[in-house]
Amino acid sequence: MSAVQTAGLAPEPSAEVARPRSLRVPITYVVLTVVAAIVLVGLGRDGETTLRLSTNADLLQLPDAVLPARITGIVAALLLAAMTGVAIAAHLTRRRIGVWLPIVYGIVAVVAFLVWAGATKSIPLPGLLVLTVGLAVPLIFGALGGVISERVGVVNIAIEGQLLSGAFAAAVASSAIASGPIGQMGTVGVLLAGVGGVIAAMVAAVLVSMVLAAFSIKYYVDQVIVGVVLNVLVLGLTNFLYSSVLTDNPELNNPDRFSRIRIPILADIPIVGPALFNQTVIVYAVYVAVIVVTIGLFRTTWGLRLRALGEHPLAADTVGIRVNRWRFWNVTLAGAIVGIGGAYFTLDSNGSFQRDMTSGLGFIALAAVIFGQWHPIKATFAALLFGFAQALQNVLQSIGSGVPNEFMLMLPYVITILAVAGFIGQSRAPAASGKPYMKS
Amino acid sequence: MTDEKDTSRPAPDATDQDAPIAAEPQRTGGAPSLDADGDRDVVHAPTVVEVPVAAAPAAESHEQNQDEDRFGSVAREILGGTPMVSLLAVVVAFVVGGILIAATDEQVQAASGYFFARPGDTLAAIGSAVGGAYWALFQGSILNFSRPEGGFVALIRPLTETLHFAAPLIAAGLGVAVAFRVGMFNIGGRGQMLAAAAAAGWVGFSFPLPPVLHIIVALLAGMIAGALWAGIAGLLKARTGAHEVITTIMLNFVALWLLSYLIRTPNLLQAPGSNNPITPRMLETAILPPLLGSQFNLTWGIVLSVAAVVVAWWLIERSSLGFRFRAVGLNPQAALNAGMSVKTVYVQAMLVAGAFMGLAGAQQVQATVTTGFTSGIDAGIGFDAITVALLGRSNPWGVLAAGLLFGAFKAGGFRMQAAEGVPIDIVLVVQSVIVLCIAAPPLVRTIFRLPKPRGGAR
Repeated sequence: MSAVQTAGLAPEPSAEVARPRSLRVPITYVVLTVVAAIVLVGLGRDGETTLRLSTNADLLQLPDAVLPARITGIVAALLLAAMTGVAIAAHLTRRRIGVWLPIVYGIVAVVAFLVWAGATKSIPLPGLLVLTVGLAVPLIFGALGGVISERVGVVNIAIEGQLLSGAFAAAVASSAIASGPIGQMGTVGVLLAGVGGVIAAMVAAVLVSMVLAAFSIKYYVDQVIVGVVLNVLVLGLTNFLYSSVLTDNPELNNPDRFSRIRIPILADIPIVGPALFNQTVIVYAVYVAVIVVTIGLFRTTWGLRLRALGEHPLAADTVGIRVNRWRFWNVTLAGAIVGIGGAYFTLDSNGSFQRDMTSGLGFIALAAVIFGQWHPIKATFAALLFGFAQALQNVLQSIGSGVPNEFMLMLPYVITILAVAGFIGQSRAPAASGKPYMKS
Repeated sequence: MTDEKDTSRPAPDATDQDAPIAAEPQRTGGAPSLDADGDRDVVHAPTVVEVPVAAAPAAESHEQNQDEDRFGSVAREILGGTPMVSLLAVVVAFVVGGILIAATDEQVQAASGYFFARPGDTLAAIGSAVGGAYWALFQGSILNFSRPEGGFVALIRPLTETLHFAAPLIAAGLGVAVAFRVGMFNIGGRGQMLAAAAAAGWVGFSFPLPPVLHIIVALLAGMIAGALWAGIAGLLKARTGAHEVITTIMLNFVALWLLSYLIRTPNLLQAPGSNNPITPRMLETAILPPLLGSQFNLTWGIVLSVAAVVVAWWLIERSSLGFRFRAVGLNPQAALNAGMSVKTVYVQAMLVAGAFMGLAGAQQVQATVTTGFTSGIDAGIGFDAITVALLGRSNPWGVLAAGLLFGAFKAGGFRMQAAEGVPIDIVLVVQSVIVLCIAAPPLVRTIFRLPKPRGGAR
């Protein structure tokens, strides 16, 4: 388990070919299919499930999809079993399976589960997706910050703290600006207050980042320890200020929420349109952030250097990159991105700061980083998946489907455990992530 | 890149004196590394020695052993490591807390409005706000002088409250400390405590047993449940290389939602006839009896926790299992070469760590909240335990001292909140500032302009 072994051997591709292929992938498929079969067929439900594909407000009306729950479950279980067979066959013949198999498998499993859980009820699909995006946005910002931070070589357990500090700062700053002279300026004032809130959130999260960076880079303190302690510090600080300042001055905790901006035409796309293109500015910012971070990481000098620092800082140092300075500023940048996600809590989804309002979402963002294999796009999809699980849990609870929602809520965590254990996908951290760099 | 330390930099003293806190040369992020793949990993020679870190844990035990030789007394152990730094870290934390209290105090804010006219008013207001708060903290945690009519009982009640709050903190702190000594980071205290609380609670309210036996069975059930929950992370690390930081964090939330499900589902752990997510009351026979009579909240839990400290000390420092723990913690490669099964040690260590966490979780339901519990039964102790273990420098006696200190903070924090209106959350801030300062001695030295110790000498 020592870094001594892994640092040298893990990245070697030739070792992969020589070794017999892991049995984990087919085992995972078999186990998942058995579980799915037990739920879908063994615990099969009668009745029909209505999947509503459009809302009344939609321009383009799609008819509802009505599916008989039991038969759909049986068909889906057979499909899953067939795909498991493909996976086993590929394992035996040592062929590589494309990405299509897990994706199709996942889609079939999710649809089957939806139909199973919603038996005799109707599930509003567009609403579910709106909720998904809403829940995923802070996760995506958190995950992007986590990806940058870990790619440059600093483990970021403090995403939770950064989100929470951002949420607090955004609420206070935006409220303060709006209640001052700028608040009298009408629409412009509202806009300025919102922007001010977001900037304050970024500053707050950057401060948390700087502490993380300073302690882990300058003082060589274990990064996990600093992260854990920072989470506690931010929680204590925001709770303290909330109780001692905000409860006495409620006007400091009453920011204006961003209003939704509807993008014409795109918002009329059936099913996904409203979820993706009738959103607030922060949600649109997330699209930009994902694209910019991805291009930046893989297509620019900045990204190349950043990745080099996380994989092999000595090599980066040899070609003249100031390792610790680069790490410091990139961790800071990561904090700024997470901060926007923090602002989302108070300026978009909630409208006021509450105690511990991130309630562990920072750790789901961390899970998304890992499940997303430290890649911004994959991490975004992981965050969307986790957001979907939470949204589905909300919807199923509100339609009273009787599925225990706690199991839906623990899904992101279970998936992440399976991912780090190598049962789902290959998750390999940047080689030097978590290790301080000391020039000798 | 070699492991040689450059003496001109502040690095060495961060690594060789504060080893349990300083960076360990391990990867985070749970990569399937070489020893992740089943049984093909008996590598008998480090092929590539490329670790850009001064081998931190290697210095640890050496220094600590020296510590024990030189300062045998418990008092020195309490301060641990560089005592001055620990002390000053507490000072820094109290100053930070004082600034926060002063800045949010209404009288201070009012007086600072005319600061330049009468600065004395502002200073007096700051003094009274901060002084009042910390005096309340002291009176709430050590001795209470405000009720002379209550006599001796009222005077020492805060002290017993401190011990009462410290009991689960100490046990949980041991759970983190033991894992630290094996080079593992047990952030899963919350999940392990919840699993333990569920098991101990289930035994406690479902099975009528004779008085003393019931307590023991419930405690054991809790410890076993905690051990098994932690064992999942240990097993995953041993079998698949999944990093325990990630798995324990995730297992916390799995335990949280699992317990939430159990206590809201009739016929499982929910109280019969209740619509709320809460368990039944514990049976009288399963509740830890009061230690000093029923006028105090203090129970036998503190005795169990102190006993756990002794057990942990013996286990780590004297037993052959503890020897293997430390060997793996210092250098897993060397331990492997010496013929130890590093993987087994990882599982064993997590089992032991989880058992200590389980003791804390069982105490929560058998002593602290006996009238039925909810999924918040861990009360943040799982995370406090990390700060306790860090402050105690992963040494059982240090954990005892740190647990007592943080128990005092908790006990005093409640009084501070009630008497002075200072939110108890300030305690979290003070705790984390203490740990941050202790983790980075150069920072404290810079703040107080202390000289750097020469060549590791204290």
